[in-house]
Amino acid sequence: MVIERIRKRRNPKKLFGDIFAYLLLIFIAVICAGPFIWLLLSSLRVGANIYSLDFKLSDFSLENFTGVISYMNLPMYVGNTVIITVAAIVLDVVFSAMCAYPLAMMDFKGKNIIFGTLVATMIIPAAAGMIVNYLIISKLHLLNTFLGVILPSSVKAFSIILMRQAYLGVPKELVEAARIDGAGELRTWAQIMVPGIMPSISTIIIFDFIGNWNSFLWPIIVLQDPNKYPLATALQYLNGSFSYKFGYVAAGTIISIIPVLIVFMVCQKNYIEAVSGAVKG
Amino acid sequence: MRTKTATMKTRRTINAYGFMAPALILILVFTIIPIIGSLILMFYDYSVLGTTKFIGIKNFVKAFQDRVFLISIKNSVLFVIVVPIIQILSILLAVLVNRNLPGMNVFRTLFYIPVVTSMVAVSIIWGFIFDSNGVINNFLQNAGIISMPLGFLSSKFGAMPCIMFITVWQGLGYYMMMYLAGLQGIPGELCEAARIDGADSLKVFTRIKLPLLKPYIWFCSLNSVISAVGVFDVVFVLTKGGPNNATMVINYYSYTKAFSDFQFGYAAAIGAVQAIVTTLLSITVFAYGKKGGMTNGD
Repeated sequence: MVIERIRKRRNPKKLFGDIFAYLLLIFIAVICAGPFIWLLLSSLRVGANIYSLDFKLSDFSLENFTGVISYMNLPMYVGNTVIITVAAIVLDVVFSAMCAYPLAMMDFKGKNIIFGTLVATMIIPAAAGMIVNYLIISKLHLLNTFLGVILPSSVKAFSIILMRQAYLGVPKELVEAARIDGAGELRTWAQIMVPGIMPSISTIIIFDFIGNWNSFLWPIIVLQDPNKYPLATALQYLNGSFSYKFGYVAAGTIISIIPVLIVFMVCQKNYIEAVSGAVKG
Repeated sequence: MRTKTATMKTRRTINAYGFMAPALILILVFTIIPIIGSLILMFYDYSVLGTTKFIGIKNFVKAFQDRVFLISIKNSVLFVIVVPIIQILSILLAVLVNRNLPGMNVFRTLFYIPVVTSMVAVSIIWGFIFDSNGVINNFLQNAGIISMPLGFLSSKFGAMPCIMFITVWQGLGYYMMMYLAGLQGIPGELCEAARIDGADSLKVFTRIKLPLLKPYIWFCSLNSVISAVGVFDVVFVLTKGGPNNATMVINYYSYTKAFSDFQFGYAAAIGAVQAIVTTLLSITVFAYGKKGGMTNGD
């Protein structure tokens, strides 16, 4: 009763509060998403003053998109990005899943040291080792190769620790049953454990996809041939060399953003839970 | 019997290392060796051309006589102002999107889009907006508010605030989601009880929600400090440290020393100073957090 009375008294105030909240939300949405919408509209028009906010329907065309695809050889850069991204994801998922298995399920010498070292490497930012990494890649004769781009950042301690946590949640009876049936470690891992941690694997795939698709600095350092650049790096290159072709740069930027946006929208729930779960973990 | 258990244990250990080998080798070669390597490299005069020789702390002596390096430290420390700005704004934003209103998920998604977009794309977009012929200048000139274009990124005083603004803009969504998770972990009855006792929304926020968010504030601030001292991408794409070193930050300076001037030893020494600055600032956050009871553990 008391609660009801309080609610009633607050009602007009609450309505006012809701309207104010929506106004604030719309204002912030304009600040956050506005620049993307402006870029999309600008990439779709030709001829007009590129910086004017005065959009006319007659100016709209797909010319910038067809232009940047043929002129800049965009399919090649998309291909490079796909190769780098897919290879890095496969390496991370397979090797991390293997590495996390004994850390979760087996008892062996040096386990604590290895686990502690992995956690420690997570705290140190990747930039700290960049210079020596470059020298190592150069000594291994991997400069100007995709492998040189992919290997250093492929396997992540974060993925290993996430999957170790997931393995601990797989029912022990399943593992025991497989052992009794005479399955070796490799079969137990591949047929029982890996299917048991699929949700974590999908989280890692999303993280790796976004991270690798967007990475641009390491590829610039390792690759000397611009024809091997991934999309983000090529975009930076295009922006530097052809900034007068504004429409092309805008269209290229839109094309580079779309795959990440689609993956994010589709996997949103899973992704956000994983991001915010990091504090609790 | 004992030998049997011993061999079994040995076999298990071999098995375990077999599983871990590929990942551990990659992490050893590309993460651990590089970190140890840069700790050694900073005491050497190492460049692609010329000879390599041990020079002790000379790289550090050189650094502290290097005017641009000192400017870069000053700028990086100044840049850390973005940390409290991001944290305060994202807490407020989290409170806003925590309201139970129809369509809230759409807004949360919109606020998060800048986070998943590459820094290159983000920098290109804001570059166009801030350009001296860009969107803002065009708008202001057409409206007759200014007659001469304002040089946002090209002016000594404008460039740094612009870089900071873009960083805040891109970081907000990420920390908002963190704090939202924190807010949703607070039991609803707690706030309801306080309201019945006559507390208004402001009181509920400052007395109940904020104290319970402390572990999140601590974690986010620490993360934010580390990435603020390491700011790189946006500087690389938009200003290259200019104009006149106004946006020269420590991470970008280290990069130019290594990959433009090929002074790898010197660059490693600068990197070490960056690590020290990061650690000092992290300790500050940590000490402040301890004093304010930001960890819920004790």
